[in-house]
Amino acid sequence: MQKNIGLEDSQIVRKNNIDDSDPTATETAIRECIEEGCNVIFATSWGYMETVAALAEEFPDIYFAHGTGYMSNGKNFTNYFGRIYQARYLSGIAAGLKTQSNKIGYVAAQNKDNSEVTGGLDAFAMGIYSVNPDAKVYVRVTNSWYDPEGESAAAKALIAEGCDVIGQHCNTPNPQLAAEEANVWGVGYNSDMIKDAPKAVLCSVLWDWGAYYTAYVQSIIDGSYDGSNYYGGLAEGLVDISDLADFNDPEAAAKIEEAKKSIIDGSFNVFDGVIETNDGSTVGEEGGTLDDATITGGINWYFKNIVEESAQ
Amino acid sequence: MSMFVKFLVAAVGSGTPLLFGTLGEIVNEKAGHLNLGVEGMMSLGACAGFMVGYVSDNFLLALLAAFAAGALGGLLYAVLTVTFMADQNVTGLTLTIFGIGLSNFIGIYMLGRSETGSLKLPETITRQMRNIHIPKLSDLPVVGELLFSYNPFVYLGIALAILLAFYFKRTKTGLNVRAIGENPGAAAAAGIPVTKWKYLHLLLGGGICGIGGAYCVMIINGGVWISNSVGGLGWIAVALVIFATWSPAKALFGSLVFGALRVLKYYNFFKLDIPIAIYDMLPFLVTALVLVLTSIRQSREKAQPASCGVNYFREER
Repeated sequence: MQKNIGLEDSQIVRKNNIDDSDPTATETAIRECIEEGCNVIFATSWGYMETVAALAEEFPDIYFAHGTGYMSNGKNFTNYFGRIYQARYLSGIAAGLKTQSNKIGYVAAQNKDNSEVTGGLDAFAMGIYSVNPDAKVYVRVTNSWYDPEGESAAAKALIAEGCDVIGQHCNTPNPQLAAEEANVWGVGYNSDMIKDAPKAVLCSVLWDWGAYYTAYVQSIIDGSYDGSNYYGGLAEGLVDISDLADFNDPEAAAKIEEAKKSIIDGSFNVFDGVIETNDGSTVGEEGGTLDDATITGGINWYFKNIVEESAQ
Repeated sequence: MSMFVKFLVAAVGSGTPLLFGTLGEIVNEKAGHLNLGVEGMMSLGACAGFMVGYVSDNFLLALLAAFAAGALGGLLYAVLTVTFMADQNVTGLTLTIFGIGLSNFIGIYMLGRSETGSLKLPETITRQMRNIHIPKLSDLPVVGELLFSYNPFVYLGIALAILLAFYFKRTKTGLNVRAIGENPGAAAAAGIPVTKWKYLHLLLGGGICGIGGAYCVMIINGGVWISNSVGGLGWIAVALVIFATWSPAKALFGSLVFGALRVLKYYNFFKLDIPIAIYDMLPFLVTALVLVLTSIRQSREKAQPASCGVNYFREER
């Protein structure tokens, strides 16, 4: 963003590592930003939401944008998030083509009740199914957004069960490192985990928040800001997958490119039509697609190729 | 069956960092100091072990650095509580916050300097820190996997637990230290150098915690630096001290139980449909049970050292 808009270093204030379960620390950090003269504030973690909501009322002249939550006031406080499930679908194609055991593992931070995690997992599983209908996806839930040991242990349990590609929706690269140590493959998340586990990671599912920050700040500069929430995806450049590692299946690049094109041109929306879940019920209707409210808050089912329990 | 063996192996892996934290804290408490800084000392050890390993590519040097950094944390704590009589609980908590903060600070600084935006331990040390493979022995069915295929930390931890158990039961110095933990006034009257032994054991305990920290960065996090690398294991170790009833030998068993309880949720043997949070609670539920049981039995041997948590001031004798 900084480069695109031409801001100087002194025009950006960063507060790193603010504990998002600590409202006092959050408030202090934001107030410090305001005191230093910031008039656009991005709050990037779920737990900041309510603090930001309150401060947005107190400082009506300052623009607040909060990521990954759901609150907004239509004026100076907006919410932004993205269609990470689109990128996850693409990464599923790489995983589905690569697996030899037809068992793919997934380390999930939260269980089925969390729509963000579950929707991402479903999209990953659907991507796998699109190229390899025989493969099953095995899930382990750590019940924490940050648990280095649990994430590693979950991945090892999946590998012990025979999974040879490990996907993840959790914060540390530990599942990928566990995959590398066991000589299997993985799909990283959040940062390009190829740098952490170069022998294992097929590709990583990535956010590019810079694309959004640039658009947001530019809209304020132009005067086109209208207080609406933002929900971008592949088309906006907000989400994507990293470059594919060279040990991917030779067909992967072409198939991913094809799917990516259809998502960007709108002919395919991942959660299209009637979707079969793993308990035998169905979701969605013929010719339709799930709406955004359902995708962000109402996906509490697993796609049909997802196995919740141990195979033993 | 093979899945159960894998589960046991995972339990040992999950219990080992706890074992180090617990042994370190037991050494501290035996000398009469309740040190809540385990997490902090582990973090310091994690950071020093990682950074030295990153630069030197030498496993032994990294372990020494981890030990030294943990001991340095212990020294800080010792100066404050032994010499300056600061409150043990507050000092320990502060040490935790300080240790985590400093190691994250150094980590972020080093990340900022790395070209790839990631810090990963080099080849040689990665090979040395991973699971050992003894020809023939490690290849034995089941037994090889269960006994002869762990990373070096596991064997180091077991040896350390046995050594410490012997030390506190059978050696004169060990018994003297226990006397200090029970009643420093009486120990001093018997001619035991209280301050000296307190300092030494606070350092030793800190160092052992530091090795546990090195385990976190090298084994759990696979040799890639992440912030908050210890991730709360130090606190669980404090609970495990109670579970082990202040006995290094029982810490061996206790860490295996805790490790097993912590990975149980990933190996769904019983096909139970219970909320996953119940699994997360199990180690602490068991600790509470042990606390209740030992207090019912009123066994002096299995209780916290009597003067633990109280600073010793000679003039008040």
